[in-house]
Amino acid sequence: MFGAVIAGFLISLGLLLFGKYIKSKYFFLLALYPISLFAYFSGFITKINQQLDIVYRSEWVPQYGINLDFRLDGLSLMFTLLITGIGSLIFLYTHKYLYGNKHTDKFYAYLTMFMSSMLGVVLSDNLIALIVFWELTSISSFFLIGFNTEDEKSRKNAQLALAITGIGGFFLLTGLILSGNIIGSYSIQELLQSRELLHNSPYYLPAIALIFLGAFTKSAQFPFHFWLPNAMKAPTPVSAYLHSATMVKAGIYLLARLTPAFGGHIYWNTTLLIVGAVTMLYASINTLYKTDLKGILAYSTIAVLGMLTMLLGIGTDLALKGLVVFIVAHALYKASLFLITGIIDHETHTRDVTVLSGLRKVMPLLFGAGILTLLSNIGFPYSLGFIGKEMIYESTLGISGPVLMWSIAAVTIISNIFIGYSGYQVALKPFVGPIPEKFEKIKPLSVFLLLPPVLLSVAGIFYGCFPYIADEILLKSATLSVTRHFTDLPLKVWHGMSLTLVLSILTILAGAALYIFRKQTHRQEEKMELLDAVKPEQLYNYLKTGVKRLALFYTQVMHNGYLRIYIMTIILFIICVVGYKLFTEVPIQINTSSLSTFRLYELTVFSIIIVAIMVTIFTSSRLTAIAGMTIVGYCICLMFVFYGAPDLAMTQFTIDTLTSVLFVLVLFKLPPFMKYARATIVTRDLLIAVAFGTLISIITFQALVSPAEKEVSRFYADNAYLAAKGKNVVNVILVDYRGFDTMIESIVLTIAALGVYSLLKLQIKSSDKE
Amino acid sequence: MKSTIFKVAANYLLPLLLLFSVFVLLRGHYESGGGFVGGLIASIAFVLHFFAYGLESARSFFRFSTATLIPIGLSISLFSGILPMFAGKPFMTSLWFKKPVAIIGSVGTPLFFDIGVYLIVVGVTLTILFTISENVK
Repeated sequence: MFGAVIAGFLISLGLLLFGKYIKSKYFFLLALYPISLFAYFSGFITKINQQLDIVYRSEWVPQYGINLDFRLDGLSLMFTLLITGIGSLIFLYTHKYLYGNKHTDKFYAYLTMFMSSMLGVVLSDNLIALIVFWELTSISSFFLIGFNTEDEKSRKNAQLALAITGIGGFFLLTGLILSGNIIGSYSIQELLQSRELLHNSPYYLPAIALIFLGAFTKSAQFPFHFWLPNAMKAPTPVSAYLHSATMVKAGIYLLARLTPAFGGHIYWNTTLLIVGAVTMLYASINTLYKTDLKGILAYSTIAVLGMLTMLLGIGTDLALKGLVVFIVAHALYKASLFLITGIIDHETHTRDVTVLSGLRKVMPLLFGAGILTLLSNIGFPYSLGFIGKEMIYESTLGISGPVLMWSIAAVTIISNIFIGYSGYQVALKPFVGPIPEKFEKIKPLSVFLLLPPVLLSVAGIFYGCFPYIADEILLKSATLSVTRHFTDLPLKVWHGMSLTLVLSILTILAGAALYIFRKQTHRQEEKMELLDAVKPEQLYNYLKTGVKRLALFYTQVMHNGYLRIYIMTIILFIICVVGYKLFTEVPIQINTSSLSTFRLYELTVFSIIIVAIMVTIFTSSRLTAIAGMTIVGYCICLMFVFYGAPDLAMTQFTIDTLTSVLFVLVLFKLPPFMKYARATIVTRDLLIAVAFGTLISIITFQALVSPAEKEVSRFYADNAYLAAKGKNVVNVILVDYRGFDTMIESIVLTIAALGVYSLLKLQIKSSDKE
Repeated sequence: MKSTIFKVAANYLLPLLLLFSVFVLLRGHYESGGGFVGGLIASIAFVLHFFAYGLESARSFFRFSTATLIPIGLSISLFSGILPMFAGKPFMTSLWFKKPVAIIGSVGTPLFFDIGVYLIVVGVTLTILFTISENVK
């Protein structure tokens, strides 16, 4: 299992490095990877149905309880099969869809990476491992959404998706760490068994609030939904994959996974119920006002995600079973709808629902697939969508409290009518009616394009006719993972006459009526766009401009380019921090009695330093100032020699020489020396300098009084020769004991050299242009 | 700097200083010195020549750009750290030859590490100085 997840990352890396050597016509062979994964995971079906979870453990950072543990149970199995199954079809479809694109290799690399991350999310049995894979899905989807790098809009929307899901991931990380700390382990299995502990913890509320933020951003719940319609800029195979079975379902998966641990609490259920219902209604209304096929699909996806969240909020056994059924049903029909849209876009170069019509004449097979998909989408009997919808209606009718029940049921029915209507728009509208002349020359479709939607739509109907097959294979054990106890809710094609059946028929009829009597127009869409100013998306825009302004402000204040200001800031900061610590926490003692008297040569060097400093300050020539500074440096070298630090003296001497040389080199570039400092500035600088000097002096005196810790230096002195065969302790420390530090410092030096080199070379180039 | 005395002196000082820098590098293990100081001294030797004969002449000592010394030095340092790992010891454990070599003394991985530092310092210092002086003109 570990290999199955990791192999994808290796393949992805290989593709990024060597993918350009693969010929276009062989890309479909890459589909062997998801197909073999699908077969591999299918092999576990019998074991999972006997409630034998497949567990794989490996240590990662055991000190912190972070491990790469994988566990395959019913829910994970359902998701892995969806991910790899639909993934295989997407891999095949992409082969033709992006045929001839020169970045196909990269696309497959990102897609493989995304698929592996998704598998990691649904298989992880450790909270931290889960968040790692969770973030990897965000990152790889960023590359997929922004695949058309030349399109500015595409780049921007990829950023938007990454920003929203990334911020959500950050909250999620906090929430998961918090929950991990409540139970004292990051193991998901232990979390699920600690229901009481979690519910009674004072941190229950913050933990679920943070987890909600993570899941809602990922699953595009209101008010974080807006990244999803924008992500439609991605190539259609990506949209089909991300928005049917994977990316956005990750949030639903997480909530379902954690339901046994956190669920059953009034905060948990009410939040999910309300957020889900609002999302569902808001998004389904939006589908009415879109003319782009993918725009319609985007909002209907959000509406379904809202519905799934709402089911988690209802939280009864029936609702959870309905959730599992509808996840599969939706994955099948939504992937198919996206793929059909992709084919239409690929062949006609438009996705405008007001333009498309009559395509049944040129793509008859696709029309068939469209009809079958539509049946599942509107919830027609003998489709998986029908069974799912029945269960959803039944569970909304089971909510306690008549007011709440009827309002939720009404919202669900209205939303489903709109979702069904959007299905007509996408799967029926482009195919019926007269065919415009320009579409008549469309060639027969490639099997790579046609096969995936046909398979998906047939599967949706097949499992609708024989739901117990799906139930026995997958859905029963998946439900068990969420409810944690056996539920006797067999799936039936025919429930008999009941209120839910009436509601289902009502939904189908109302959707059809809406389709017949309403026309999707650009004018309505434009009217709807007037509301953009009050949409939640604006918040994001405000935030974005705000951050930009803050960055600009900060840069102007802190990075103003004046070296003197930088130095002043640093020194002031040290004065404040060190001074505060010194004066509040250390009893200051100044003991001059232990100081020895000046020896003559010390006094001489000392007076030279004073004179040199005075010259440096009061001179009116840069060269003199530099010479003065260098003299101060050399004098300090002498001090080092007097006090037995020859290594330090040598280094200081050479460094000082080189610094002076550097100064002299740039001297000619500087503007003429001017005394433009006003008296106030001079006084200010004087005050800072005196304060800093005083502080350092006090610290030095303090150091004399404090008992010196000799242990460290004794250790080095004792061991330098014995252990490291060196007599020069300083050098032994540099190259042996602290060799790591030296190596990092070498790298810092390298970066500095690269910085100087590139800064100056680039400048030369830009002046060349002029 | 057109002074003939300075030019002649620079001619003699260059090899002397370079020799001295190697001496400082090698003696670092027992006495004062080491790769860092040695590298700085070597840089000063070239800077002296640069002041006397100009940038082009100083550059001509190096077949490739001075910047190439940096990756070479980094690789030597890194390699001396990795070497013990082949012997099954942790990264950067020092390994030594049994018998000391004449003049140089004991030879071991720390010496190679120091040689790496030496080359990095020469590369970095000269790259910065040469680039800046080239840009100033």
